[in-house]
Amino acid sequence: MRKFDTKVQYLKYKVLREVARQAWNDKLLTGFLDIPKIIVPGKEPTMRCCVYKERAILAERVKIAMGGDHTNPNVIEVIDIACDECPMGGYEVTDACRGCLAHRCEDVCKRGAITFDHQQKAHIDKSKCVECGACARVCPYSAIANHKRPCENACKVKAITMTETKAASINQDKCIACGACVYQCPWGAITDKSFILNVIDFIQKSENNTKYKVYAVVAPSISSQFTYAKLGQVIAGIKELGFFTVVEAALGADMVANEEAKELAEKGFLTSSCCPAFVDYIHKSFPDLVPHISHNLSPMATISKYLKETDTDCKVICIGPCTAKKAEFQKPEVAPWIDSVITFEELQALFDSRDIDITTLPEDVLDNASYFGRIFARSGGLADAVAQGLKENGLDDSFKLNAISCDGIEQCRMALLKASKNVLPNNFIEGMACVGGCIGGAGCLTHGDKNKAEVDKYGREAYEKTIGDALRVLHLNHPRKIDKE
Amino acid sequence: MKVTVCIGSSCHLKGSRQIVEELQYLIAKNNLQDKVDLGGTFCMGRCQEGVCVTVDGKFHSLSPETTKQFFETEILPNA
Repeated sequence: MRKFDTKVQYLKYKVLREVARQAWNDKLLTGFLDIPKIIVPGKEPTMRCCVYKERAILAERVKIAMGGDHTNPNVIEVIDIACDECPMGGYEVTDACRGCLAHRCEDVCKRGAITFDHQQKAHIDKSKCVECGACARVCPYSAIANHKRPCENACKVKAITMTETKAASINQDKCIACGACVYQCPWGAITDKSFILNVIDFIQKSENNTKYKVYAVVAPSISSQFTYAKLGQVIAGIKELGFFTVVEAALGADMVANEEAKELAEKGFLTSSCCPAFVDYIHKSFPDLVPHISHNLSPMATISKYLKETDTDCKVICIGPCTAKKAEFQKPEVAPWIDSVITFEELQALFDSRDIDITTLPEDVLDNASYFGRIFARSGGLADAVAQGLKENGLDDSFKLNAISCDGIEQCRMALLKASKNVLPNNFIEGMACVGGCIGGAGCLTHGDKNKAEVDKYGREAYEKTIGDALRVLHLNHPRKIDKE
Repeated sequence: MKVTVCIGSSCHLKGSRQIVEELQYLIAKNNLQDKVDLGGTFCMGRCQEGVCVTVDGKFHSLSPETTKQFFETEILPNA
């Protein structure tokens, strides 16, 4: 069964699996240098010019799998030696050039970068071209195409530029750690730092959950992942790894929807705070709108806070589709509640590092949240849940929700731009940096068309149908009302 | 008195919410809010025996049907 979308993910997985395998066996300190040779054992290169280059890049991947460069605060890192083979791209004349007489391209180019060969076909002198795109716009045959780098194309916040050596470089003032470039780079040259070693350490030192308990908080997008097995088997697998129990982040989403609805009715205009990349984007690109960000922690942080408050010594590991969550848990307001964050890719690597075949395990159960908490995983779900939160709190008469669900950071940008100029007709912005919502996250194993349907199906399977019922078990000493007799 | 109800997935599906609601109701009805500290926890590691409830650390296996009786024998006389 196919586990990953691309071979890049598979390669990253093999490194993570090997690092984890050695860590479980306490052999990492002496063995990590051997990992590149374990993965590329032969003499024939399969990925690059020679096995030595392959191994050199793998050594960098091992480093990142072990936590990466501690001097670099970003959770997204560029492996520059993996990037330097990437073609420069930019504006190029294609075969569609017919060698016409007009030469509009030549006339419009202020740099004199366009020349013509003996067949009158245009060529771009890359030493003069500044990638302005003017020639492409005037060509009557659309013969000049912009072959942008996949990473630059993926980065909708324009945080990726080229260094002088033509390797990709991330502008930390713009990067929101969404991971779009990680998923799109065909060379795997941009990748997210892994904290699997911390997770293994927490599990080992818990001594089978006797010293303290290790909780796994899983994001609702898990319903669209690990499709080769049953969800219950994934939960069983997580426990098999040594986690004490598994709790739905979606219950945190129920808590957030309930509070966010009240906050929205009180303030009149809000932007959501669930997606850490979206929140980071507002801070970095629309600082004037920061006061309008919902004051709720994200669902992941909210449920983790609840866990830490009920079991003070416990460790909480969040497992999700998101690279930006790896940055979020290090923020001062979130750090007390979450001990580490890993992705579904990394969870798969952890399973296989212990040779756990989840398809052979009995089905365990996962059920804490309501339908509404669970559909947060896809675009539009958060707005639906806030509408329900308003209804359940009796606020839907006094406050008319007019939400806009922004699917991907470009749509977020449009809505935020309008909001910053006071021309947005909506009173609630649901912002999701990834297209499709969390199911489009960079840390997902697979990104498919059916994923949204899977999330909705999982939502409908929830035992609790309303937010209020899901929350009923949380604040036990504060029953809302005694409604029986 | 500390009463802890498991609200983990397995117990949740076996009716921990109904038990919580019943206990909240009975505690309020008998004016024991000050004496009984009702709390939740995600899993007690004995999922097969759920719904798991502890009273000052002592383990009990409940179902929504047996909650009233449990309250009358384990909580009411000792609170």
